[in-house]
Amino acid sequence: MSFDERSMSSTWGIALGRDRLLRVLRLDPMLLVIIMVIAAFGLVVLYSAADQSEATVEAQITRLTLGFAMMLLIAQFPAHVFMRLAPWLYLLGILFLILIYPLGTEVNGSRRWLRIPGVLQFQPSEVMKLCLPLVLAWYLHERHLPPRPKHVVVALLLLLVPCALIVLQPDLGTALIIGGSGLLVLLLAGISWRWVAWSSLLAVVSAPAFWFLIKDYQRERILTLFNPERDPLGSGWNIIQSTIAIGSGGLSGKGLLQGTQSHLDFLPESSTDFIIAVLEEELGFLGVVFLLLCYSLLILRGVIISVNAQDTFGRLLAGSITFTLAIYVFVNIGMVSGILPVVGVPLPLVSFGGTSILTLFIGFGLLMSIHSHRRIML
Amino acid sequence: MAEPLIIKDHRGEAQIYIERVTLGAILVAVLFGLLLMRIGYLQFVRHDAFVTRSDENRMQLVAKPPSRGLIFDAEGQILAENLPARQLVMIPEQIRSLDESLAGLRSVLDLDEAAEERIQDLAKRRARRFEAAPVMYNLTDEEVARFEANRMRLPGFAVRAELLRHYPRAALTAHAVGSVRMITDEDQRLIDAAAYSGTSHIGKLGVERFYEDALLGGVGFDQVEVNAKGRVMQVVNRQVPRRGDSINLYLNTRLQKAADAAMAGRRGAVVALEPSTGGVLALLSKPSYDPNPFLTGLSRSAFSQLVNSRDLPLFNRALQGQYEPGSTLKPFIGLIGLVAGYATTDGVIEDQGWFRLEGETRLYRDWNWTKRDSGGHGRVHIQKALYRSCNVFFYDLAHRMGIDLLSSQLDRFGFGQNLAIDLPEAKRGLLPSQAWKREARGADWRPGDTVNLGIGQGDMLVTPMQMAQAAAILANRGRIQPAVMAKDRWTEDTLESSNRSVGPIPDWAWETIIGGMKKVVHRGNQRFGENGTAWAYIGRDIPYTMAGKSGTAQVVGISQGEVYDESLIDERFRKHAWFIAFAPVEQPLIAVAVLLENGGGGSENAAPVARAVIDAYLLDILSAEFVPSEMQSLASIR
Repeated sequence: MSFDERSMSSTWGIALGRDRLLRVLRLDPMLLVIIMVIAAFGLVVLYSAADQSEATVEAQITRLTLGFAMMLLIAQFPAHVFMRLAPWLYLLGILFLILIYPLGTEVNGSRRWLRIPGVLQFQPSEVMKLCLPLVLAWYLHERHLPPRPKHVVVALLLLLVPCALIVLQPDLGTALIIGGSGLLVLLLAGISWRWVAWSSLLAVVSAPAFWFLIKDYQRERILTLFNPERDPLGSGWNIIQSTIAIGSGGLSGKGLLQGTQSHLDFLPESSTDFIIAVLEEELGFLGVVFLLLCYSLLILRGVIISVNAQDTFGRLLAGSITFTLAIYVFVNIGMVSGILPVVGVPLPLVSFGGTSILTLFIGFGLLMSIHSHRRIML
Repeated sequence: MAEPLIIKDHRGEAQIYIERVTLGAILVAVLFGLLLMRIGYLQFVRHDAFVTRSDENRMQLVAKPPSRGLIFDAEGQILAENLPARQLVMIPEQIRSLDESLAGLRSVLDLDEAAEERIQDLAKRRARRFEAAPVMYNLTDEEVARFEANRMRLPGFAVRAELLRHYPRAALTAHAVGSVRMITDEDQRLIDAAAYSGTSHIGKLGVERFYEDALLGGVGFDQVEVNAKGRVMQVVNRQVPRRGDSINLYLNTRLQKAADAAMAGRRGAVVALEPSTGGVLALLSKPSYDPNPFLTGLSRSAFSQLVNSRDLPLFNRALQGQYEPGSTLKPFIGLIGLVAGYATTDGVIEDQGWFRLEGETRLYRDWNWTKRDSGGHGRVHIQKALYRSCNVFFYDLAHRMGIDLLSSQLDRFGFGQNLAIDLPEAKRGLLPSQAWKREARGADWRPGDTVNLGIGQGDMLVTPMQMAQAAAILANRGRIQPAVMAKDRWTEDTLESSNRSVGPIPDWAWETIIGGMKKVVHRGNQRFGENGTAWAYIGRDIPYTMAGKSGTAQVVGISQGEVYDESLIDERFRKHAWFIAFAPVEQPLIAVAVLLENGGGGSENAAPVARAVIDAYLLDILSAEFVPSEMQSLASIR
């Protein structure tokens, strides 16, 4: 795909790209370039992490292509189409979450998957990752901003229902992330700082109570965070091995395909959740800085798209999608580096995995749609 | 929809949003900064530490145990070798459920009692839990195949190939060569763990123990890169193990065999030395045991059977059996008497069959007193006192010399000491003295004790090794050549420093004593009571010259006047039979001590064993040097 130099040289404002093809396709060139750079970089790391398995890389390319197609498709529809669909999509998502109980398949003691035999299988919670910001953006779009207390209560209810269903699966990590992306919408909508302060205080005070509510393995993960050596061959293994991988990487790393921690299988989940450790071991600090820079640009572009959105719905949705991605990046790298407890969060665009890539690209498609269907004002 | 009239402040809302989104962007920047700080800390500050840990993760040293040195006899026969064996090993740490694993294993292999016990013991022990410990040895091809087919469901077990010590002569050389045993937790604390990594056995007895350092060799290492599951990916560095030194012994398997055959299943010991070197030509203790099963671990029942056996097969009688020397002590008493001037070559006594200390009623009888009413050997000079083994002569001589002189001079022949160079487990016996009796018994030395010592009875104890050593000293005419098992392991200096003489003894004294001992074997065809004690048993057809002395050691005290009748007392209370000898008398090539527990008379029972051993050694050597017709026919019969 060729790409106009003038769009690169254009300022970080409204894209003034003259590339007709991209405009026709309703794609934002800046966003597109950053996505492709990260994805390509991710493929290189994945090639190494998967022990040079071409099959793995091909599968990932297939998923990226599929995701790209979804993005392209979503981008063709103006954002208000999704706004109108939002409540129905939300209800559908809730329905899926409820259907899990009679129909879901249990894996490792929790029901996260819904299977339509022979057709497809998916995680309803993954669907909810987009449906919740959509419905909240839709709901708050209609109201005055900053939202009034009763609207906040309704918004919180919309948020709590799916979260509760996901907690019951049980999948606390995903519930927290989805709840967080929902709260993001409320924060961006201008909810009063006083509320934020009070609820933060409440969260801190009630934290000890949570300690007794959570499951043993979750408690174990938190204890492991503070002292991985308490069970070096068990729950501490992952984090000890990943910090060894990171630390032994140094400034420029051991070189691509040269990481011993990953290639000798010391590093668990090296092509999925812990893939950043492979990058840090083989490409060192420079590699991480490059990747974080790319993510920062992606987030910045998302922020700019959201600021330039024409209505509250677009702003809130774009903002939520953008910051959720930032949270994913922070939580994933934070957990691999040993500053957050281990939760199953993939590294966006880099980790090997199916559903999360699709969700991600649908999000990008929404960003593109919000951006490209604007009527230019001013 | 719900509220019909909404006048939205678009500009205001956008303003709020920009405020919030800016804050959000700053927060993201701070969080990313936090990540970079953390990663920077790991990658710069802690870099070296993590590089080390990363290398520790993947680099492992795999010990390559050396192949243990071989042990050869004097003629190059292998006495200890290493045979390849496949063994079932257990890694206790990898076992999830012992019962499950055991059940699985039983369905695949026939576990014997010993293997089951070892598995139970290993499961309990703490040290070396990660290391593979052998459970079953010498697996057959079929057993290996059956195990490998089922190995997925037998975690914690594996088949390994290893060199296992093997003693081809088994019981014949068990007490001479010693053996290795599995390294126990207790050994583990005493040894250099690095030197023994990968090695499962350690020398525990005899030569195997004494020359452990030389036999062991040097451990080698493969520095390998492993993955997280411990599988070896590549060898990075390699240090080849250094094989252990081979040990050549003076021991001669032919002599062992000859001794073993001559013992004919009786209990006792045979030790033969080469007088000129001190080399141990034969060292046999009967009954013996097969050391091979010990290497792979005996079951408790098999072990306790050996330990509790009344015959004590594990007991090394040759080195550790301590017995009264009986009359075999007489040549030494006589020699000391001659040198100290208490006896002369021609001096005679009148033996009436008993000896009595002045002022005491107790009679010290001669050995033939009960058999002949007349009693006594009549007129006895020192040579006759030896070849007839006259007690009264030595009662009198010892009594006149006194304990202090006897004790200090007997000490020169190695009694009460272990002269051997490489047999530290040999017992020292007991050489009594006034000081010893006060200390050990809390009683004063009585003149009667000295009288008894004159014929090697009472408190004195010797081992067969000590008697062989003493016989070798006689053979060497006073030069002490300490007993030694291994050839070429000792520098001249070591040997020189231990190479002493018992002291200045004039030739005539040697000739008198050795002449007497020669008559023990060779004086024959005389009238009754004039033949050498051993002549009738070994002297009639002997093709070389031999000096010998029999001995008969009491096991239980026989009270005065009681008739000693062998047929009436339990076999276990019968006297021990001794015989010491060396040959040829003029230029001795071999010195021998034979002990038969409860064997009866020394000349009758022990002397033929000594003759058989000496025959086995000398006939070949002598026939190679000169070939008298008589000897040739003897050799061909043999």
